[in-house]
Amino acid sequence: MKLYQRLHPGVNLGPTDPESHEEAEEKIFGFWIFLMSDLVLFSVLFATYAAMSIQGVAQGPSPKDIFDLSPVFLETMVLLASSFTFGLAILELKYRKNQRRLALWLTLTGLLGALFVGLELNDYRILLAEHGAAPQTSGFLSAYYLLTGTHALHVSVAIIWLIVLAVQLATLGPVGPVKLRLMRLALFWHMLDIIWIGIFTFVYLYGVVL
Amino acid sequence: MFGRLTWDSLVFSGAIENPSASEFVASGAGSVVVLGGIALFILLAVMKWWRPLWTDWLTSVDHKKVGIMYIVLAIVMFLRAVIEAAVMRSQQLAAYDGAGYLSADHFGQLFTTHGTIMIFFVAMPFITGLMNYVMPLQIGARDVSFPRLNAISLMLTVAGAILVMISLVVGKFSTGGWTAYPPYTGIEFSPGEGVDYWIWAVTLGSIGSTLTGINFAVTIYKKRCPGMNLFRMPMFTWTTLCTSILMIFAMAPLTAASLMLALDRYADFHFFTNGDGGNMMNFANLFWLFGHPEVYILVLPAFGVWSEVVSTFSGKRIYGYTSLVCATMCIAVFSFCVWLHHFFTMGQSAGVNAAFGIATMLIGIPTGVKIYDWMLTMYRGRIRFTVPMLFHINFLFMFVLGGSTGILLANPTIDFQVHNSLFLVAHFHNVIIPGVLFGMFAAVQFWFPKAFGFRLHEGLGRKAFWFLAPGFVLAFFPLYWIGMMGATRRTATWADPAYHIWFAIAMLGAAMILAGTALLIAQVVVSVKRRKELAVPLGDPWDGRSLEWSIPAPAPSWNFAVVPTVFSQDAFDAAKCNGTAYQAPAKYEDIHVPRNSAIAPLIGLFACASAFGLIWHIWWLAIIGFVMVWAVVIVSSFNLDTEETIPADVVRAQNEAFLEAVRNAPGVTRDDETSSANQGKAVPERHENRFAQNMKGNMTEATT
Repeated sequence: MKLYQRLHPGVNLGPTDPESHEEAEEKIFGFWIFLMSDLVLFSVLFATYAAMSIQGVAQGPSPKDIFDLSPVFLETMVLLASSFTFGLAILELKYRKNQRRLALWLTLTGLLGALFVGLELNDYRILLAEHGAAPQTSGFLSAYYLLTGTHALHVSVAIIWLIVLAVQLATLGPVGPVKLRLMRLALFWHMLDIIWIGIFTFVYLYGVVL
Repeated sequence: MFGRLTWDSLVFSGAIENPSASEFVASGAGSVVVLGGIALFILLAVMKWWRPLWTDWLTSVDHKKVGIMYIVLAIVMFLRAVIEAAVMRSQQLAAYDGAGYLSADHFGQLFTTHGTIMIFFVAMPFITGLMNYVMPLQIGARDVSFPRLNAISLMLTVAGAILVMISLVVGKFSTGGWTAYPPYTGIEFSPGEGVDYWIWAVTLGSIGSTLTGINFAVTIYKKRCPGMNLFRMPMFTWTTLCTSILMIFAMAPLTAASLMLALDRYADFHFFTNGDGGNMMNFANLFWLFGHPEVYILVLPAFGVWSEVVSTFSGKRIYGYTSLVCATMCIAVFSFCVWLHHFFTMGQSAGVNAAFGIATMLIGIPTGVKIYDWMLTMYRGRIRFTVPMLFHINFLFMFVLGGSTGILLANPTIDFQVHNSLFLVAHFHNVIIPGVLFGMFAAVQFWFPKAFGFRLHEGLGRKAFWFLAPGFVLAFFPLYWIGMMGATRRTATWADPAYHIWFAIAMLGAAMILAGTALLIAQVVVSVKRRKELAVPLGDPWDGRSLEWSIPAPAPSWNFAVVPTVFSQDAFDAAKCNGTAYQAPAKYEDIHVPRNSAIAPLIGLFACASAFGLIWHIWWLAIIGFVMVWAVVIVSSFNLDTEETIPADVVRAQNEAFLEAVRNAPGVTRDDETSSANQGKAVPERHENRFAQNMKGNMTEATT
C-alpha cells in the first residue's frame, strides 16, 4: 500500500512517517467508536422523550402549548454556523497552517457555541417564567429538559475542551497530539450538530405540528 | 457540613441502640471491612509494600498488571458476595416456623448487594481482567490501544466497588434488588441513602465498562500483528471482540436509566414516578436493554475460555472454528432482541410477548452449535483431565440443563407461572455459575502460569472442583423444585413446611461451595509456597496453541521481543509443529512503552469522593470531587511525554537468555505436564499426526 493511501483522509500531520499516521488512525477510530456509544445514549433519551411527550403530559402543558419555533430556528442556524467555522478551522490546520487565522476560526466557533448555549438557557427561562413549565411539572417536561439539557451540556463541555486546546496550541504549538485532539473535537462538534438536527425535527417541528 | 451523615449512620450504632441478631450480623460485616482495612494497612506498612504497591501496581498502565488488578478486585468482592449468599441461605433455613435471625430489611440489603456485587464487581471485573491480560498477547500486540484509559476504567470500577464496601460500615445499601425497579426505588418508597449507593456504584462501574469496550474493540481492530487476519484470531479474542461491541452499545442505556432515577430522586423529576406522567415501565425497558446483553457480555468471554481450554487439553485444533465465530456473532446480535422477556407479565400484548419469546428461544440455536463444537473438539482428541478440563466437562452438562430451563422460561405462558419464583433464581444461577464463574476459575487455572511463572497446585484444584461442582448442584437444583411449588424469590421467611428439606439441601450445597472457595484460596497459598517446584519459566506448560504461550512466563512488560508474524490459526502450535518456534530474530529494536501515571488512581479517588458526597448530600465534596476529576484530565493532557524507551540491548539480553534456556531444557510430554518436570517447554504431542491433522483441517476449511 502506498503511503498516501494509508493517510487518514482528515488528518494531516505533516511530513512524517507511516507509523505516526497509523497511530493517529487508531486514535481517531477509537473516538468514532466513542461517538457511537454516545449516540446510543442520545437515542435512549430520544426514545424516552418519544414515549413521554405523548403519554407523560399529565396535568402539565403539552409540546404544542409551549414550543416557539423562531428562537429554536435561530439556535439551529447558530449551531450550524459554528460547525461551519470549525470546518474552516480544520481546513486551515490542514492546508494553510496560518496560526492567527486558525485562532480566529476557533474563537468564532467557541463564541457561536456559547451563543447557542445562551439562547437555549434563555429558552428555558421563558419556559419557566411564562409557561410555568419546569422539569418537575410532568414526565414530558422531565424528558424534554433531559434531552435538550444533555445536548447543551455536551456543547458546554465541547466549549471548555476548545478553550483547553486553544491554550495548548498557544503553549505546546501545533504538534501532532494537539492536532489530533482538534480533529477529535471537530468530530464531536459535528456530531452534536447532527443530534441537534434530530432534536429540532423531532422535538420542535413534530411537537408543534402534533 | 456533612450532609445527612451523622454518627447514627455508622452500622455499629444500630447494634448498640437496638441489639438484635440482624444488627449484630450487620455490625460483624462492618467490623470485617474496618478490621480488614486496618490489617491491610498495617501489613503494607510493616512489609514496606506501600511504595511497590504504588509504583509497580496502582500507577501502572501495563495491560497485564491492570488485568491482574481487575481479577484481584473480582476475587475480593466474590468472597463478600458468596458469604452473603450463605448467610441468606441460612436465614431461609432458619426461618422455618419462625422469623429466622435477619430482619426483612437486612435480608433485602443482602440480596441487593449480592446481585449488584456478583454482576458489576465480580463477573464484570473478572472477564475484563482476563480480557486485559490475555487478548493483547493472543493478537501479538505490545499493549492495548489506550493504556491510560484502560487504567482509568479499572480505577472507576474500583471506585464503585469501594462505595459498595463503604455501605457496609456507613449507612445502608438499597433493598430494591440489583435491578432497582422504580417506583419502589423512587424517593417516595426508599427515602434513605441505600438506592443512592446503588446508583452511583453502578454508574461508575458502567462508565468504566463503556471505556473498556471502546478500548478493546479498537485494540482488536487496529493492533493485530502482521498476518493475524480476523479469521486467524483465537476464539477467546473473537469473544472479546463481541463482548466489547456489546459493552459499547449496552452500557449507555444503563447509565441513562440510573441517571434518570437519580434525577427523580434528587431533583423531583418524573421519569419513573407513579404520578405526574412518570412511566416506570420505561425503566424496565432501559434497564433490560442493558441487562440482557449484559448476560452475554459475561458469558461470551467464558465461551472463549472454554474454547481455548477444550482445544488445548484435547491436543486438537478447535472443531468448527468458523461456526463458532458465526455463533458468537449471532448471540451478540440476538442479545439485543430479547430484553422484553424480562417482563412478560407486565401487561404488553400477547403478540409482543410471543415475538420476544421466539427471539429468546432462537438464542438456543447458536449456543447449541457451540456445545456441539466443543464436544466434537474432544472427539478423537487426547483429553487430559486437568482442572480446567474438569470444569469444562461439568460446564457442558450443567450449562445445557440451565439453558433448557431458560427455554422453558422463554415461553410466556410458562413464564406467567414461574416468574419471580425461585425457579428463575435457579435458572440464572444454573447458567451463570457453571458458565461464567467456573469459566473464570478454569481461566485462572489455565493462564495463571503465564501471569506468574508457576503453575497452580493440581491436587488442591481438583479437590476444590469436587466441592464446587456438586456443591453447586445441591445449592441450586432444589430451588427448581420449591420454585415450582411456589416459593418466591427475595423472600426472607416462609410458612410451607414442605420447603424445609429443600432449603436444608440448598444450605448444604452453599456450605460445599464455601468449602470449595476456601480450597481455591488454599490452592493459591500452597502454590505460592511451592512456586520453585511448580515453576514454568519457559512459558508453555500446556502445549499451548496461540501466541501468548510463545513468550516467557511471566510475560515481560513489552510482551514480544519482536512483533510476531503469523501464517495460520493456532499460530504457535503451527510453529512448534513445523519447527519454526523459538527462533531468534535477526534484529532487535528499541521498544516504546507507556510510562506509569498517577492519573488513573487520582481519577478513581476523586470520582469515589464525589459519589460519596452525592450519596450523603455533602454537596461541597461532590462538587470538589467532580471538578478534580476533570482537573486531573486537563492538567495531564498538557504532558505529551508519556512514553519511555526500552533499549534494544535490554530486550536482546532477556530474549536471548530465554531462547537459550528453551534450547537447553529437555521438554516435557503431556503425561508429565502436571509434574515438577514441567518447566514450560512442551514436547508437541504426536508431531507428525498433528501436523497432518492441521493441514487436513485447513484444507477442509478451504474447500467448504
